[in-house]
Order: sequence, then C-alpha cells, then structure tokens
Amino acid sequence: MSSIVLPERRSTAGQPLQLPAELRDVVRQWSLLYELVHRDLTVRYKRSFLGFLWTMLHPLLLMLIFVVVFAAIFRARAPHYETYFLSAYVAWNFFAQTTVNAMAGVAWNGPLLKRVRVPPSVFTLSAVLSGLVNLALSLVVLFAIMAVTGAPLRPALLFLPVSLLLLGIFTLGVSLGVGAVSIFFGDVREMVQAGLPALMYLTPIIYPISIVPERFRALIKLNPLVYVIEVVRDPIYYGIVPSSTTLLIASVTSFGALAIGWMIFRHLAPRFHAHL
Amino acid sequence: MNVIELHGVGVRYRETRIHSLKEALVRSVRRHPKPGWFYSLRDVDLNIGQGDAVGIIGPNGAGKSTLLRVAAGIIAPSEGVAISRGNLAPVMELGTGFEYELSGRENIFFNGALLGCSRRDMRSRIDEIVAFSGLESFIDAPLRTYSTGMIARLAFAIATTIAAETVLLDEILAVGDAAFHRQCQARIERFVNNGATVVIVSHELEAIESLCSRTVWISQGRVVADGRTADVVAAYRGATLQSVAPASA
Repeated sequence: MSSIVLPERRSTAGQPLQLPAELRDVVRQWSLLYELVHRDLTVRYKRSFLGFLWTMLHPLLLMLIFVVVFAAIFRARAPHYETYFLSAYVAWNFFAQTTVNAMAGVAWNGPLLKRVRVPPSVFTLSAVLSGLVNLALSLVVLFAIMAVTGAPLRPALLFLPVSLLLLGIFTLGVSLGVGAVSIFFGDVREMVQAGLPALMYLTPIIYPISIVPERFRALIKLNPLVYVIEVVRDPIYYGIVPSSTTLLIASVTSFGALAIGWMIFRHLAPRFHAHL
Repeated sequence: MNVIELHGVGVRYRETRIHSLKEALVRSVRRHPKPGWFYSLRDVDLNIGQGDAVGIIGPNGAGKSTLLRVAAGIIAPSEGVAISRGNLAPVMELGTGFEYELSGRENIFFNGALLGCSRRDMRSRIDEIVAFSGLESFIDAPLRTYSTGMIARLAFAIATTIAAETVLLDEILAVGDAAFHRQCQARIERFVNNGATVVIVSHELEAIESLCSRTVWISQGRVVADGRTADVVAAYRGATLQSVAPASA
C-alpha cells in the first residue's frame, strides 16, 4: 500500500457538475483554453485568403451599407451615425456570433468530449474568449473610423473594459444555456439562428430609441440586451460613464444570465455523451 | 491504493433518441411512452490498484470502451459511482483532437493540452516526441498532408511521452505496421516496469498475455471473469471457440 494520497475524482450517477470542481479543472487546464482559442483564431485566419484583414473588413463593409441606407434617416437624431451604429453593432455582433459559435463548438468538439477528460464548459469559454479577441480587433477599427470621421474619443473610454466584462458575462451565460440545450435538441440551433436577426431589430442598434413611439418604449426596454448594449455604447458614442441605473440593470442581467445558463449547463452536461 | 474504483456502475442510453425539440413536444402532447433503456454497462464493480497492468477483453459491443471511458472520468455513469485517483492519460482513439490545418508541431501542443499538459511541459518534451514518432522532416507540415500511419505514430508518441501515473489504452494496438507495433509494446512494457498503472483494451490476446498480469472479460456490459490473465484468456478462448465450433463443424 502506498502512503501517498493521490487527488481523487469521483463521478456519481445523477449528480450535476459542481462549480468548484469545474472551475478547478478549467484553471488546471488553462493551457487547453489557450490552445483552443489559439486554434480558433489561427485556423480561422489561415483558411481565408484575406486572413486577418477579413475581421477588419467585415465591420467596414457593414458600416458602409448601413450608413448609406440609414444615415439619411437617422442623422438628425444621431450625429456621427456611423459611430452610433457601430458602437452597438460590434457588441451585438460579438453576442450573436459567440452564441452561434458556442452551439457549434460544443457539437463540433463532441468527439473530444467523448474521448478525453476535459471540463465540458471549456469549449464555451473558448468561444467567448475568441469572440472577445475579435471584438477587440473590431473596436480598433471602430476607433480608427472615429478618428477619421472626427467623432471625439473621450476619457470615458477607460470605462470600456468594465462594459466588455459585463457583455462577456452575459454572453457566456446565454452561450452555456443555449449551447447545452442545443446538444439535446438539434433544431434549437436553427431556432436561435432564425431568432437572432429578429432580436437585433428589437434592440436599438440601427435606430435610436427616440424614434420608437412613446407607448412602445417600455416594451422595448423589457429586452435585457438593451442595457448590456447601452453599457458599451455609452462610453464610446456618448463619451459618458453609464448611469448607475443602467449599470445596475446591466449587471443584474449579466450575472442573472450566467447563473441561469450555468444551472442549465451543469444539469445537462453529464448526459451530453448520449447525444453527441 | 486503488487508482480506479467502479462501484455498481451502469451506463445506459435511450433505445430511441429524440433529436429535436419539435419531436419531444409532439411526443409529450401525444403522451407517447418514453423509450426504454439500453444498457451498455451494468452492475460493474472493479478495483484497479496502483501499478497494476490490466487487460480488458470481450467481443465487439461488449462495453469495453465504455468501461474505459467511465474509469477515466470522461463520461459520467448513469448508475453507481466511478472514482479515479491521480493523473490519468486516456488514449481512446489515436488522432482524437487533431486539427488537420495545423502543423504536426502545433498539434503536439494542442494534444498535450487536451491531456492536461501545459505549454511549458510540452516544450520540454517536444524533442522526445518528435524523435519517437520519427517524423522530424514533416513536423512543420500541416497534418492534412500526413498518412494515417504517420498520424497514429504521432498520437502514440504524444500520449506515451506525457508522464502519467495511469495510462488507459483503447485498441491502439490495432493500427500501424509491425515495426510500430513492436515499438508500442516496448513502450507499454516500460510503463509497466516503471510502476505506472496500465489498462489496455484490445482484441489482440497475445498482446494482453505478454503485457498484463490481470485480465477482465466483459460481455454484454457485465463482467464475466476477472483474474489472472492466463486463466481468463484461456476461458475466453474456450468460449469463443465453442460458439464458433457448431458453425464450422
């Protein structure tokens, strides 16, 4: 009998994932997280001809379309319309892309989940982190556009990391929940993909909320994304730190989404292997 | 001390899987009975001590791979408890987690991370891995240019170079040529001699006989026999011959 006590790992039937154990595993295998993000980014940029430039071109092209189409309509209410639109759009794009990538990611990495011992949440985490890297690149492009068009870059930008953290937490929560459910029901993925564009138009991204008739505004504000996006737009476009009300609602929304997403994920993850 | 303990372990699946939310809703509205269970593993009790070399044999679909996965903590049991202690390196299928657009070298780091090794760990081992795989001149080429045999060699080199207290090998002896085969056996022997715990799933009874002191025979998800390799393999051979005999007679 050896007297050395080895770290023990116990999996009991019917037991959901435990947060401390999952966190410990993610931290212990942080290099896996690094490799997954590295793989996401390098494979993505190796495959496309324009590579790295493509991420930059995407918001530029979109801006061109939206600015040409909508600027005439909204310019009176939103000067520097391109900044108004893009500051929210990059946040939205991160949320939507990451949610879709996270769903695809868990399914795509299904063979891995069945063959190596990895904390199941690592694929969702890596989707969020890769998304954040892409978001950072888009922001650089946005700042360049702002400089060119003469939109002011104000000190409130220093608040942006907090905004992005909230956005990241919100997105992680949604990705965990939706990703787990989509493993069980394949059609959920299509539903989400169909629902996302609708959700975008229900959020004041392209249009300023002031064009919405007074009686519908309360309805629009029921959408939790409004606040999470607002927190990102405020320091970039308005050059202000978000109001404490906005910040409070955005924080509750983000951490609430994470709590709910994790609850769903921890109960479904032990049964993923039967559906992959 | 036991590095692996399975207590009353069962793994079951629904006989019919429901793949869409639509289907699930329709079924619940129409009050269809839930599909029955299919057991891939049932009532398995197994203890594997530190330093043991255990072979797992049985016909196709007996639940050997499932057993290894539960023991490694990769899948959770549907019944019972599975306990593992210390560092475990599961080698389920050679080539798991390879990314074909990345080079051999990048894949070594990625695969190492999957098995729980940091980049620094891997940096100190990369020369040994490359040398053992014999792929020095191809290591910076994308993996999609490799042959199946080359991929198998790389995967085996990675998995067995990583120092682990327990190594779980699933059918990895089935690939590669004779030379690779001998190399694999030598490596596994080295593991056993160094006091590592080795669990091998294989159809190749000769390999099991030469490497493992203890063998577990499973069939239809249950343990049929568990004991000295010579006894269990002999019994297994007898049973297989018997079931074949009437047809060939």
